[in-house]
Amino acid sequence: MLEIRDLECVRGDHRLFTGLKFSLQGGELLYLRGSNGSGKTSLLRTVCGLLEPAEGEVLWKGRNVRSQRDEFNAELTYLGHLNGVKGELTAFENLRLGGALSGLAVSEDDIYQALERIGLGGREDLPAQVLSQGQKRRVALARLLLSQASLWVLDEPFTALDVGAVDLLAKLIEAHLQKGGMAMFTTHQAVDIRAGAVREMNLDARNS
Amino acid sequence: MSDGVLTSGRQRGLFAAWRAMLVRDLTLAMRRRADVLTSLFFFVIVVSLFPLGVSPEMAVLRGIAPGVIWVAALLATMLSLGRMFADDHQDGSLEQTLLLPHPLSMLVLGKVLAHWLVSGLPLVLLSPLLGMQLGLEGEAIGLLMVTLLLGTPVLSLIGATGAALTLGVRGGGVLVSLLVLPLYIPVLIFGTGAVDAGISGMDYEGHLSLLGAFLVMALLTTPLATAAALRISVE
Repeated sequence: MLEIRDLECVRGDHRLFTGLKFSLQGGELLYLRGSNGSGKTSLLRTVCGLLEPAEGEVLWKGRNVRSQRDEFNAELTYLGHLNGVKGELTAFENLRLGGALSGLAVSEDDIYQALERIGLGGREDLPAQVLSQGQKRRVALARLLLSQASLWVLDEPFTALDVGAVDLLAKLIEAHLQKGGMAMFTTHQAVDIRAGAVREMNLDARNS
Repeated sequence: MSDGVLTSGRQRGLFAAWRAMLVRDLTLAMRRRADVLTSLFFFVIVVSLFPLGVSPEMAVLRGIAPGVIWVAALLATMLSLGRMFADDHQDGSLEQTLLLPHPLSMLVLGKVLAHWLVSGLPLVLLSPLLGMQLGLEGEAIGLLMVTLLLGTPVLSLIGATGAALTLGVRGGGVLVSLLVLPLYIPVLIFGTGAVDAGISGMDYEGHLSLLGAFLVMALLTTPLATAAALRISVE
């Protein structure tokens, strides 16, 4: 489904990686490892299409993602370092407008349930700017609950989360893989994902 | 057949997304009313300074009124450009917008419309009051409003491109003025030209047609340029 061919990424004058190849099928998880600055975020952003690869291409269902941006984006959920949560809007409004923007048919009940499950029950109508860092992260994660995308690209999704939320997110990823979805993520924490085929890639090992 | 169904479904999705973008930006503007009011008060104050600084003579003021109001409108628009994409860029909403399954230029158009409704339309609505303050009369005021109605959307459209190009640049606010103000010159010339022509009893339809043409041109070209600039800004 997702295939990376001979990818090279350059930031400034520094070549982060070159000749990178892998493919990801339904039910598979790619666990991306590497030290700070090894190019994990750049790789994830390149896969999403936020960064132009210096060389090589990203294929989705056999076609370059650049030639089918809208189709690819419809199947993609990206969670970056930034939450993409508007501080002036409430958690509920953030999700409702986010759902409408990505063309999802989500009802108000779905959103309340998602917020309840992610541990923000009772705080749905607070402006997101008064929430704590971890709670803002949870609002961003609630998007995953509503998402119907088949590819999840998560950049350090576990930062700022407490133990309970880390477990919950791990379960979400497991459920997503069991449904035949695909996921890529990076983390510096030890997280146990017990479903799907977990594959690891270490960017440090490639460069040395 | 199924292709047609798919296309119409996507178009409906695009319309819903477009509307959601508009609603979101208008809601944000309502929650940050101070930002919006600042540029409006700026507009009023700049225009009100001229009778004090130049001359309180009605004949003098009437001569400079169209130019003063138009220049103040340009500057007030400049003030409001900064917040068009900067907050989205900072909190990550921009990345999410780029990853939406819709053409980015259409979404940009939704944002620009929201910007115009909040910062351009109020200028049009305030202009009769300021026109009267500078001694303009009935027909000239109507004409001034028409030129602003045609011209301010062009300011928002061109300004969006400038704001997108200077995203994440230190001192972007000053840079965007240097980038965008020269592009505003044609709108300024034909906007004030139409009102001046109307005051001196000459034909002003040519000026208005040209302003309309600028608007169509800007509608067709600037969203694409803005979308391209936004993609570069997140790299």
